[in-house]
Amino acid sequence: MANSIIHIFLALVMPPLLLGVIAKTKAAFAGRVGAPFLQPYYDILRLLHKGSVFSTTTTWIFRAGPIVTLATTAVAAMLIPFGAHPSPFSFQGDMILYAYLFALGRFFTMAAALDTGSSFEGMGSAREATYSCLAEPTLFFALITLSRLSGSYSLSPMLVNISFGVWLNNGAALLMLVGGMFIILLAENCRIPFDDPTTHLELTMIHEVMVLDHSGPALAIIHYAAALKLFVLGAFFVHLALPYATGNPYLDWGLFIISMLELAVVIGIVESVMARLRLIRIPQLLVAATILAAFSTLLVIR
Amino acid sequence: MHSALQALPDPAILAITAALITGFSGIPGIFLRRPGAGQIIAAILTLLSALVGIPAALALLFAKSTATYILNWGLPFGSCELAIDPLSSFFLIPIFLVAAAGSLFALGYWPAAEHRSTECGLTFFYGILASSMAILVTARNGVFFLMVWEIMALSAYFLLVTEHESEGVRRAGIVYLIATHTGSAALYVLFSLLAAQSGSFLLPAAGSLSALPPAAMVIAVATFVGFGAKAGIMPFHIWLPSAHANAPSHVSAMMSGVMLKMGLYGIFRTLTFFHDPPLLWGAVLTVAGISSALLGIAFAVAQRDMKRLLACSSIENIGIITTGLGVAMMGVSSHNAPLAYLGMAGALLHILNHSFFKPLLFLGSGVIIHAAGTREMNLMGGLAKGMPRAALLFLVGSVAICGIPPLNGFVSEFLLYFGFFYQLQAPSLVYLVLLAPLLALVGGLAVVAFTKLYSSVFLGTPRSHGAAHPHEAGPAMLLPMGLFALLCLLVGLLPQQALRLVAPAITSFMPQMSTAVNAAEYGALLGRISLMALILIMLAAAVTLFWWWRLGSARVNSAPTWGCGYQRGTSRIQYGATSFSELAVSVFNGIIRQRITRPKLSGLFPGPADCDDRPTETVLENVIAPVFTFAGVSFAFLRRLQHGQMHVYMIYIFVTLFILMLWAH
Repeated sequence: MANSIIHIFLALVMPPLLLGVIAKTKAAFAGRVGAPFLQPYYDILRLLHKGSVFSTTTTWIFRAGPIVTLATTAVAAMLIPFGAHPSPFSFQGDMILYAYLFALGRFFTMAAALDTGSSFEGMGSAREATYSCLAEPTLFFALITLSRLSGSYSLSPMLVNISFGVWLNNGAALLMLVGGMFIILLAENCRIPFDDPTTHLELTMIHEVMVLDHSGPALAIIHYAAALKLFVLGAFFVHLALPYATGNPYLDWGLFIISMLELAVVIGIVESVMARLRLIRIPQLLVAATILAAFSTLLVIR
Repeated sequence: MHSALQALPDPAILAITAALITGFSGIPGIFLRRPGAGQIIAAILTLLSALVGIPAALALLFAKSTATYILNWGLPFGSCELAIDPLSSFFLIPIFLVAAAGSLFALGYWPAAEHRSTECGLTFFYGILASSMAILVTARNGVFFLMVWEIMALSAYFLLVTEHESEGVRRAGIVYLIATHTGSAALYVLFSLLAAQSGSFLLPAAGSLSALPPAAMVIAVATFVGFGAKAGIMPFHIWLPSAHANAPSHVSAMMSGVMLKMGLYGIFRTLTFFHDPPLLWGAVLTVAGISSALLGIAFAVAQRDMKRLLACSSIENIGIITTGLGVAMMGVSSHNAPLAYLGMAGALLHILNHSFFKPLLFLGSGVIIHAAGTREMNLMGGLAKGMPRAALLFLVGSVAICGIPPLNGFVSEFLLYFGFFYQLQAPSLVYLVLLAPLLALVGGLAVVAFTKLYSSVFLGTPRSHGAAHPHEAGPAMLLPMGLFALLCLLVGLLPQQALRLVAPAITSFMPQMSTAVNAAEYGALLGRISLMALILIMLAAAVTLFWWWRLGSARVNSAPTWGCGYQRGTSRIQYGATSFSELAVSVFNGIIRQRITRPKLSGLFPGPADCDDRPTETVLENVIAPVFTFAGVSFAFLRRLQHGQMHVYMIYIFVTLFILMLWAH
């Protein structure tokens, strides 16, 4: 019970901190002081108190977009285990629900973007539709590999199962999986090299361009949902890449928080040293991620 | 309760009566002078037969016994047996449901006052189509089955060519007619061979035939070709997009929601005859199924005609069902009970689900055609403003068909996925798990296709004058759609109850397998899905309330969409249907083909020019059409036999019969 409460508390409170750490890392690389770690929280609070502007073109679908995105991501956060602790809700087959919840959020985000009738937002949702479609099989290859390694059909046992022992025995498969999933983590969360959340040219954006017309509290919900998505997918990734556990429940929570922060620093470093890819290169990288994950699957089921 | 059930008449008699009432529903209209009266009578009769037929089918489904009747028909093909077992009664449910919904919809969609010349025939053949399908699933005599099959195929043809003034409709009709009769030819082979195996035209009892003799292989191929052509499994899908697109919308709903399933029913039924089917049969079905799913949805992404998109997605859904059936057969062959159970449950439940959301979408397309006057998605937009109710119902269908929680499409795909994952710990056939990423790709493409459909029709601003002033549809059109949307939601929220609905049909399909499986375990799993769906809805409600509270405390303004600094935006610079899918089409270039005619621009100030993108029918244009052209040229000499003189045709028949008689002696 206590673990479930900590789980929900972390999922509620911690996500924007990752964005703060990423920004701080990038600032450090650029030789700047950078915004405080808590800046994303200030932004969200500020937006919650602002007024809203709704486009005259839009219908209720436009308003449903942020709501559904946040709700689906929050349910996904209930299914993913954080660190060595199993998730509050865990049942056989929950990984399939996990994968499909994001599809529901995406459907409504894209529909909300197209509801504005803006060609930029249409452009963004066309890109989102295509790229996420390419990312889908990668996640399933990863789930197959993990299910095979752990012998279970549920996210909590299959992710908590990964340890240094499993790495020693299946190093090659896990290494390729980490590669593939890191690409997916960056692509799904619209980070560099796939998308630049801070760019000022709408033509080159994917996620940010889809939410151009959302303002005030709606934008706050969207920013928070995006941070939560990074947190949830990051928690998945951290299980693969940094599988340490001590056995002491409180130490394990501390380790989980530290590894999430490490992940944020790594993403910040990637964003500092790389440039955004040209759009036509993105599908190639996504297919490469799928093939990496498929290799890892073949290695474990041969 | 039990005695009350016993006091009712035999449910099998009720179901057959309901089928006959549906069949006769169009006849009063032929003799009534006043336009419209016949249509209303037909709708009332069809609704009544659904009210009788669906409870009767449910009662038969849970009775788990087979009711058998013998029709005294006096033809020399053995006794004509009618029987309703759980598999038959399972298929009866969508038949009655979609028939009733469609005939109610027709009152608003094809009113007799506006379509005086066609309404009568449409209503008549609609009843015949529904009735023939209901009788078909009860037929247990091969010859009788074929007769009913032909009635079904031909009534569907007459429904399809309702608007035969148009060249496109006539062409679609011809392609359909050729395809369905190619299938029928294979069915003649099938039933003759079955009769040779079992000694009579009565369909063999379940598990009575051996799959070992070479004839069994021919039977399997004939089943796959004959019934596959009706179901629209690749590569026999060529008739499907144009037929569904050109039929009136409630007829498309019937064809896609129910008639395709009759092909699947045929495959299910034929497979029950054999014990120990070889692994190859299941493997062929699985490969054909997953390629239909993948290619079908890839074609759907490229379409610009709304109803063609829906038709291509029917190919996808039939593919998913066939995949489920294929892995179930592989489970039977390899004595892997969980795989057989999950595959079969997924396939049957998807049959039911597809008969909810596909008619919903096709009926919705009828409403859209009324409002916008076109099927071309690039010319629509912004319809949600004028018709909010239809937009909401269509959204339910679009989300459901993508297989997204919390609606019903997810439930059946979940069972299939779980079956694939289950193979990881199975002793054999581990590689079946690789179907999971493929199905995920199908799901991803489905989201592309249906966000494209939904948003280019309902969202944004109108892209043509035709779509500029939409009007909400009447209750006769919205009620059936609402019913289907409700069913989608119910199955999505209470999947464990839906599993109970398919369980008897699974038991009758493979009695020895289903006892080896702990079905309650899967019921409990689906119970967890239902819990998560409720949590999702509650969370969404909480976020809505929170946002509403924040909206109340600050200023809310309306303004035009932000043009990113560009002030002269028109509705034509919006992303349309073709531009939305262009990127996906270019990435999946190998699967989807698009013929693009680009304008030649020259000079510093080029004049107006047109650019045209059209999806191509690769199989039809590059394989089937050349074959038919070749056949047409090489058999040209036979045309001399065909000259339109009736008496000479009768001589042909007489001479053929005489020669056959001589040969038989």
